[in-house]
Amino acid sequence: MTATAVVAPLLAPPLRAERAGGPRLLAGPPFELGMEPMAEHRRRLGRRPVGGEWLLDVIERSGLRGHGGAWFPTHRKWRGVQRLALERGPSVVVVNASEGEPLSAKDRFLAEHRPHLLIDGALITAESVGADDVVIYLSRASRRAHRALRHALGERGRDDGRVAHVRIVQTQHRYVAGESSAVVRRINGGPAKPSFSPPHPSERGVLGRPTLVQNAETIAHVGLIARHGDEWFRERGTSTAPGTGLVTVTGNVARPGVYEVNLGTSLVSVAGLAGGVLSAPAGLLIGGYFGTWLDAERGAAAAASPEDVSLGCGVIGMLGSDGCGVGESARIVSYLARESAGQCGPCVHGLRAVGEAMTRLARGDADHGDLARLRRWSEQIVGRGACNHPDGAVHNLRTALETFAEDVERHISGHACAGLGTCPLPAPPRSPFGWR
Amino acid sequence: MSDSKPRLRVNPIRCDGARYCAEIVPELVGLDEWGYPIVSSAPIDEPRLLRMAERAVSECPRVALQLARFRDRDG
Repeated sequence: MTATAVVAPLLAPPLRAERAGGPRLLAGPPFELGMEPMAEHRRRLGRRPVGGEWLLDVIERSGLRGHGGAWFPTHRKWRGVQRLALERGPSVVVVNASEGEPLSAKDRFLAEHRPHLLIDGALITAESVGADDVVIYLSRASRRAHRALRHALGERGRDDGRVAHVRIVQTQHRYVAGESSAVVRRINGGPAKPSFSPPHPSERGVLGRPTLVQNAETIAHVGLIARHGDEWFRERGTSTAPGTGLVTVTGNVARPGVYEVNLGTSLVSVAGLAGGVLSAPAGLLIGGYFGTWLDAERGAAAAASPEDVSLGCGVIGMLGSDGCGVGESARIVSYLARESAGQCGPCVHGLRAVGEAMTRLARGDADHGDLARLRRWSEQIVGRGACNHPDGAVHNLRTALETFAEDVERHISGHACAGLGTCPLPAPPRSPFGWR
Repeated sequence: MSDSKPRLRVNPIRCDGARYCAEIVPELVGLDEWGYPIVSSAPIDEPRLLRMAERAVSECPRVALQLARFRDRDG
């Protein structure tokens, strides 16, 4: 790590204006205190409003989108489930906090520290889409989040006027376990593996009922929008990406961790929140393992907003100046190949082949034939699995080959990665307590 | 969302690469290097092609191939 001697745009100090307003989801007592108790939550935010059809329009006007990775408009998902609930009886709401993405810690950070906001959001959502069953879906590895949520549910008893039943279902800590059809299969007693759609979970999900599977952070936003309204929500962020979002900043920064930013904030300021980068970055990975690789120049110009570069699940990974994007992408696609649910041929065989060829490339053992095959596979595999797992993996591959084209050529002429075997983008600890 | 022109679709979980479909309608089904089908998602206009696609569907030993008349919805 060369210190601040290297002057790069990303080393610029954060712009104060872009942080204006402070955190929303993460407002409240210091994180060292652990979970926010119910008394403090009530004192700070008051009792929760009761959800209902009125909220559908509010959510639509707020412009809230799913913060799990796909950024799908929340109101559209809600309306589909609500309409089916009117026709066929009560629906189910699943709060997806499984967070199988190794670089992300935001959902469990939220559940650990603000469980009452999450439960508020879940109950309000249930009332709005006609659900009488709420499932909080967690990875078995998120022990601290599990404890906080259980404790929070106990603290409430039934005095919050809820009609929906709330339960916690734990799942294996696997990458695909958070995919919506895998979520439904697991809750129904099966393996946490994706199924082939149709039917989509919104049509036939948990116990065959219409089911809304929504990322935990998105649900927490609902808890605030229902209280403060859509205009309040839009005071932050941009017109097309309103509000705030949680990001996990990892890699070559002074204080890696979970932060809340206004959407549309430049990546330079996000890095500034995390204490700034420690050396000029060799590359940035935006959106986690399924994300997009940027070089330092594009990274310095980009904003944390879905239409600039997709934030995906909100991971911003900074490679140090000694890192190699090709080597890191090789490590990631090999991991994703191992994390395949093993159900679909194109994913099982395709990702394995991609991982092996990328590893050869990073070692300096690949030829132009390997590169041509990697390029072909990055097109050919897309859309041929039951879920988006293979698509996400080859998106990482494709953007690595484009962004690090010069490094790719150097590797083909026989040079191995200097940092091979190291891990420049470390996964956050299983419990991020004390991590930031 | 619905359009009445049918298109081929494969359930990749069921499919185990028997390759019958690629032999019956090579115009619509290619194979990757592991023998798994790359199915054209274009609507099928031509009656002859549709007949062959129907045959491929009925011959699939894993019942993985289907003719869908609705586009998959997202979200």
